[in-house]
Amino acid sequence: MKVRATQAIMECLLEQEVDTVFGYPGGTILNLYDELYHYQDKIHHVLTAHEQGAAHAADGYARSTGKVGVCFATSGPGATNLTTGIATAYMDSSPVVFITCNVSEGLLGKDSFQEVDITGIAMPITKATYLVRDPQTIPDVMRQAFAVAATGRPGPVLIDFLKNVTFLNTMIDYEFIPWDQNRGTDSIRQLAVSHGLKAPEPDLGDIDTLVEMIAQSERPLLICGGGVVRGRADRQFRTFAENLDAPVAITVMGGGGFPGAHPLTTGMIGMHGSQASNVACNECDLLIAVGCRFSDRVALQPDTFASQAKIVHIDIDRSEIDKNVLTDHHIVGSAKRVLELLNQRLPQYQHTEWKEHILPLREKQPVEHGTDRLTPGQILDAIQQAAPQGSIVATDVGQHQMWSIQHFHFDYPGQLLTSGGFGTMGFGLGAAIGAKVGNPDKVVIHTTGDGCFRMNCHELATVEHYHLPIITVVFNNGTLGMVRQWQHLIYQEHYSETTLDRGPDFVKLAEAYGLKGRRVTNRAEMEQALQEALSCGCGYVIDCQVDMDEMVRPMVAGGAHITDFLLK
Amino acid sequence: MNKTFDPEKKLYTLSLLVQDIPGVLSQVARLFSRKGYNIESIVSGETSQPGLTRITIVILGDELMVNQITAQCRKLIPVQVVKILDEETSIQREFAMIKVRAEDRAARDEVIQMANIFRANIIDVSRETLTVAIFGDKSKTSALIRLLSDFGILEMAKTGTLAIERGLSSIYDDSKLRTEYNYGKNVL
Amino acid sequence: MKQTISVLVENQAGALNRITGLFSRRAFNIESLAVGVTDDPTISRITIIVDSGNSVVEQVEKQLNKLMEVIKVRTLEENALIGRELMLLKVNANNKTRQDIMTICEIMGAKVTDISPTSLTLELSDTPDRLDTFQSMMRPFSILEVARTGMVAVQKGAGKI
Repeated sequence: MKVRATQAIMECLLEQEVDTVFGYPGGTILNLYDELYHYQDKIHHVLTAHEQGAAHAADGYARSTGKVGVCFATSGPGATNLTTGIATAYMDSSPVVFITCNVSEGLLGKDSFQEVDITGIAMPITKATYLVRDPQTIPDVMRQAFAVAATGRPGPVLIDFLKNVTFLNTMIDYEFIPWDQNRGTDSIRQLAVSHGLKAPEPDLGDIDTLVEMIAQSERPLLICGGGVVRGRADRQFRTFAENLDAPVAITVMGGGGFPGAHPLTTGMIGMHGSQASNVACNECDLLIAVGCRFSDRVALQPDTFASQAKIVHIDIDRSEIDKNVLTDHHIVGSAKRVLELLNQRLPQYQHTEWKEHILPLREKQPVEHGTDRLTPGQILDAIQQAAPQGSIVATDVGQHQMWSIQHFHFDYPGQLLTSGGFGTMGFGLGAAIGAKVGNPDKVVIHTTGDGCFRMNCHELATVEHYHLPIITVVFNNGTLGMVRQWQHLIYQEHYSETTLDRGPDFVKLAEAYGLKGRRVTNRAEMEQALQEALSCGCGYVIDCQVDMDEMVRPMVAGGAHITDFLLK
Repeated sequence: MNKTFDPEKKLYTLSLLVQDIPGVLSQVARLFSRKGYNIESIVSGETSQPGLTRITIVILGDELMVNQITAQCRKLIPVQVVKILDEETSIQREFAMIKVRAEDRAARDEVIQMANIFRANIIDVSRETLTVAIFGDKSKTSALIRLLSDFGILEMAKTGTLAIERGLSSIYDDSKLRTEYNYGKNVL
Repeated sequence: MKQTISVLVENQAGALNRITGLFSRRAFNIESLAVGVTDDPTISRITIIVDSGNSVVEQVEKQLNKLMEVIKVRTLEENALIGRELMLLKVNANNKTRQDIMTICEIMGAKVTDISPTSLTLELSDTPDRLDTFQSMMRPFSILEVARTGMVAVQKGAGKI
């Protein structure tokens, strides 16, 4: 069948069951938007205030729904504005397909208006980039891009169409093939043949070796990493942990992979990890890390990390093995499949003595009561009590991020949206928008700091326009809290350029965007504000006045031994 | 931890099989520059299969570093195989063309004689110059270049090192490592 | 259109990346690329053969000249250059076929570098066309693997880059 090239692009999106895209139009992508006009009843387009917001929204949509996010942007500045969002998705292995258009063939490489080599720029921060110069290749490229983004270790992919490829009089051959069928067709066969792809299966010998290692271990520890979340292997992981009867430490990206309130949880591990997790890591004799890449925020000192243990690494990405921490054994495979195979072979273990040693170390920091000032603990406690269990939490980056992750219990993959790898300030609001669009029935809470919020607060316009009742909780301490904390502890209290004694008034800002807001200074006000926010049906900004010297505890300095707590 | 890596720095030869698409070479080269590794030599040329290019890279590094860069290369979608070639079990050759000044007959004779000893060829002659082509392992080409420099080298073009395994084993061989990498790239 | 470009560059991490990036930016496909040090160890010579479609590489040449690491760029005219490429080729060989292969080698000027009971490894340096011919002559014997350097080129006569 002959269709317009742009029509093929839209149909390819429908093949992948895409019903929502985020984006921002511009000169070179006009043809695509013209086609979108005809498809507006099938594909819902969310127009953000800035391309970065669109990128984060597509990312948040992908993380919270498990589907592939899609984001449109125009050439030049439109494309470069995406880059922070692309890098954020790449570092956290989030499947997003970014579609940009570039200038026409004849103008390519001539420093034309709004021209930039975005495929070159995006190369280091994507799984793959495609520059489409021939309209006939559109179906192949689109199918490949989605397959690459969603499978293996997921990640962002960028497709750059030259403008002449999308001209409305360009006709190409096209046939609609649903995604689960087109993975077996010629379009992707090239990829399949070249990489010898068959039904993948972890090496059974490797699995048996691990089963044996487990049998010999007395003090096993599990780490639940982002791979459990991305691979939606939470059920398998839980069975595994319960069979093994071992404590489970959770990384920032692993939040939601294992129930936060489960009796085996020791909480977060690493720089701001709980004492239970960090001590367990130091004293265990077998460490099994699932879908975790031992980043410098977890394995602070790679040489001494879990020095008494045999380290076993389960990951889908072979290049992560022995990258940051040298391991004793590894299994390459998807978390889900590896854990399924392990569960089939594992008897029920009891590690009572070891558990009794480790689990009591986990004590929650008490929430102050009866004070007239508002502490971070009180804010989070109030949210936890007011918001329904299972609410999605999107965070920005910094102190409030660590507090949120330490305090809340995440029960399912996609419940916590946070920029763990790239640490992108300004990620939260975009991600919350994406999450709310993808999960209209869930309450979405966006926790942020005053520094982060200011970076992308213009997305409140999007929140208002699409009637997204997102609750933004600003931990307003008038400073870049996390940086200040470092300056306090390591830089002799030289608070260089971290004090944010400036506008705007976040309540008035919310009102200016047509939303509601309230400033709170104590717990009672906080509770009232939350009730109002949950019932008002529109976006709501709660400006929480917090002391600027609040700190994230515990803390281990970067590069230090994992149990050398700088702060307890 | 029972894994140990040889900390000594030496030359490693990597052989890559990549899809022949625009940008693949910069994608590979970028991985090296990102980590600040300088590529000692790189060659890229066709193979017996259309659409596939073979890139041979020589880098100076220790074993751990080479293993990591290899892992990063293998992860790229257009890259199909990466193999670290062992010096003892592989053949390594390079090729050089050297244009030397030889203005009088005596000089010309001497250059020709030297070329003969090294089994090099004279591929071009002009009134004042001779162009010598030589191929062989690095020590052989370097030795000839050193000798010819006495006459004055006008210009020289040299390929990097090209390598292939001895005997029957080839870059297409399957291994557990290759299966493991393919798992992560799997799209079916 | 295929064109041969010779570039002299400083030996630095990232130089190669910047150069190849200029080509991919214009979606030119690099057919072959060879890097080798020159008689000055701090300077490398890169020979690139590029298929630029119908566009001219002149623009790329200018862009290359702008790079800090690049010392000199020259597009070589086809009739004014001597181009050679090195190939290593491994082919299946048994008692019956070995002699035939050796005969072809002799005619083409290839050398046997390695031998095993079931294979021969051959080396040949010549123009890219002649290597193609040699490769197609070897195909009936079943080629195991091929590695080629890509062409290096110098100007004919006394001229230099």
